[in-house]
Amino acid sequence: MSGVEGYMYPNEVTLFWSVLIVLYPYITGLVAGAFILASLERVFKVDAVKPTYRLALLTALAFLLDAPLPLQFHLGHPERSPEMYFTPHATSAMAMFGYVYLWYLMAVLVFEIWLDYRREIVLRSQQTKGLLRLIYKIMTLGSTNISERALHIDEKVGWVVTLIGIPSAFMLHGYVGFIFGSIKANPWWSSPLMPVVFIFSAMVSGVAAVMLLYMGLTKLRKQTIDMRCVDTIAMYMFYIFVIDFTLEMLDLVHRIYEADESFRSIDFMVHTKLFFSQIVVQILIGTLVPLALLFIVQVWKNNISEIARKRIYVLCGSLILISVFAMRWNVVIGGQLFSKSFLGYTTYKMELATREGLLAAIGLTLLPLGFLWILLKLLPPWNDSQSHAAQLPASGD
Amino acid sequence: MTMTRRHLLLLLPAAAVAWESVLAGTPEDSPNYNRTDHWWGMLIDIPKCIGCGNCVRACQEENDVPDGHFRTWVERYHVEDWNLTDPQVISPDGGKEGFPVATDDSGKYFFVPKLCNHCADSPCTQVCPVGATFITPDGVVLVDQKYCLGCAYCVQACPYGCRYIHPEKRVADKCTLCYHRITKGQTTACAENCPTGASQLIDLKNPKDPIHEFLKTHNVQVLKPQMATGAKVFYNELDGSVR
Repeated sequence: MSGVEGYMYPNEVTLFWSVLIVLYPYITGLVAGAFILASLERVFKVDAVKPTYRLALLTALAFLLDAPLPLQFHLGHPERSPEMYFTPHATSAMAMFGYVYLWYLMAVLVFEIWLDYRREIVLRSQQTKGLLRLIYKIMTLGSTNISERALHIDEKVGWVVTLIGIPSAFMLHGYVGFIFGSIKANPWWSSPLMPVVFIFSAMVSGVAAVMLLYMGLTKLRKQTIDMRCVDTIAMYMFYIFVIDFTLEMLDLVHRIYEADESFRSIDFMVHTKLFFSQIVVQILIGTLVPLALLFIVQVWKNNISEIARKRIYVLCGSLILISVFAMRWNVVIGGQLFSKSFLGYTTYKMELATREGLLAAIGLTLLPLGFLWILLKLLPPWNDSQSHAAQLPASGD
Repeated sequence: MTMTRRHLLLLLPAAAVAWESVLAGTPEDSPNYNRTDHWWGMLIDIPKCIGCGNCVRACQEENDVPDGHFRTWVERYHVEDWNLTDPQVISPDGGKEGFPVATDDSGKYFFVPKLCNHCADSPCTQVCPVGATFITPDGVVLVDQKYCLGCAYCVQACPYGCRYIHPEKRVADKCTLCYHRITKGQTTACAENCPTGASQLIDLKNPKDPIHEFLKTHNVQVLKPQMATGAKVFYNELDGSVR
C-alpha cells in the first residue's frame, strides 16, 4: 500500500486529524500566550511591557475569534457543533471546549478589553459620525458614565478580571493539551506532562507573536521601538522557553530511558518521518538557536547594539513561532503516523485545495491578522502622540 | 387555548428538534427484546480460523461498509521462533479475499479476526463530545450517526483501530455487532458466515450460553488487556505476539 511501511491496522492508513487540528492548538496557544503577556503588566506590575499591553489583548482576541474555525472546518458535520453546548458529554475533554472557549472569550477577554477601552469607546461614540458612531454606541452597551469614579471602578474590576484570566488562559490551553495527553491508546500523546508542555509552549509562542507584532507595527507607524519593553519581553521569553524546552526534553528522556513497548515505533519515527520537523526544525533551528541567541543577549546585553538586539529578537521570535508550530505538527500528525499495533507506519498526504487542505490552513492562519487589523482600527492600542486615543479630551461626564 | 396556524408553524420545528433529541442515543428497537436480559460479546477461536475472509465479505455486504474501511478484518501473523516479539503481520484488503500462500516454512502462522471489542469501559464512548457514541444496556457500543459531529476523537481514542470516519456520511462508523440482527434473535453476519465456527456471538448474561463453560476450560484472553477497557471480544489461544 502506498505510503505504508510494515503493518497498519487497515483503518489507520488514512489520518483522520489533519493540518487543521495542528492549527487549532497552535492558535489557542497564541491566545493564551498573548494574554499572559498582558497580565504581566496588569497583575504583576511589569511596567516595562506596558506598550504591548493593549496590543496583547487585541492579539489574543483576534486569534481567539479564529480558534474554533479550524475545528469547524474539520468536523464532518459542523452544523451539529452547537450540540456540544446543548448536550455536552460530561466525560469528554472535548465537550468542555465550548464552555472554556465562551468563558474565556466573553467573561475574560472581551470584558477586560471593554473595561480598558470603555472611556475611549464612549468618547468616540460622541465624536464620530455615521456607521462608526453606531458601532461605538453599540460597544458602549449603554454604559456612558466616564466620571473619574466610574473609571476607577473599571480599573479595579479590570484587575480582578485579569487575575481570573490568568488561570483561565492556563485552563484554555492546558485543556487542549489534556485532549491529547489523556488518550491512553496513543503512547505518543498519553502523558500527564502534555498539558504543562502545551501551556509553556503556548506562552512562549504568544509572547513571541506579540513582540513581533509590536516591533512590526511600531516600524510601520514610523515610531520608535521601546527597547526597554522588547528587552524585557525577550527576557521573559527566554526564561519561559527554558522551562518549556526542559519539560519537553524531560518527556523525551523519560521515554528513551523507560523504552516501553511503543519505544521502537517512536524512536523509528523520530529518526525518519519526524526527523526534519522535530529534530531539525523544532529542536535545532527552532529551539537551540533562539535559546543560544537569547542567552547571549541576556549575558552580554550591554555589549550588543540596539539594532543588533532588534534583529536578534525578530529572528528569535520568528524561529520560536516556527518551532512551536512544528511542535504541534509533531504531536498531532506524528501521533497518527505509527500504528497502534507498533508494527508499521503510514504517511500524511496533505491535500491542497480541499476543506482540510493546505490553502484552508494558510487562510485560517492569516485570518486572525485580518481580525487584528479591524480591531486596531476600531480600538487603537497606541499610547503615543500620533494616536487618536491620546488626542481625545480628558474624561468628563 | 385554540391552536392557530401561526402557532402550529412555530411549534412544529421546535417539536422536530425536541424529538430528535429524544431519539438520540436510542438504538433500533425490536418487539419482545429486553435489552437488560443480555450482555453481548464475541468469542474468536483462533485455532479454528482458516483466514478465508468470509466474515469480512459478509460484514461488508450486511452493513454496506465502504471500500477501504473495515468493521471487521483478518490479520495473518507469522511468528519466528527466534523473534517472538516482532511478528510479521499482513491483512491484504482486510483479508477480504483470503491470503497469499505462505512461502516461509519457519515459525508459526495463524489468523486473528478483529472487530470492535464492545468494551464495557470504552475509551471511544468516554471521549465523544456529544454522547453520540454510547453503550447499550445489553453491552453493545454504537454510534448515533444522526448525532455524530464527525470530529474523529473516538477514532483516536480506540486502541484497537476499529473505528473510521465514513467517507460519505462523514460520521464515525464501526462494528455494531449486527445490532439489527441480534435484537431479532439472529447471530452476527460474520459469525453466521464463518465456515469453521471461529467467530461466535456470546451472551454473558445467559446462564445457558456455553461460553461460560468455554471460558472456564480454555486459555482465553482479550486484546491489549493493559488498556483496561473491559473488552468483550474473547480470543481462545491468543498468542502473546498479537497486538
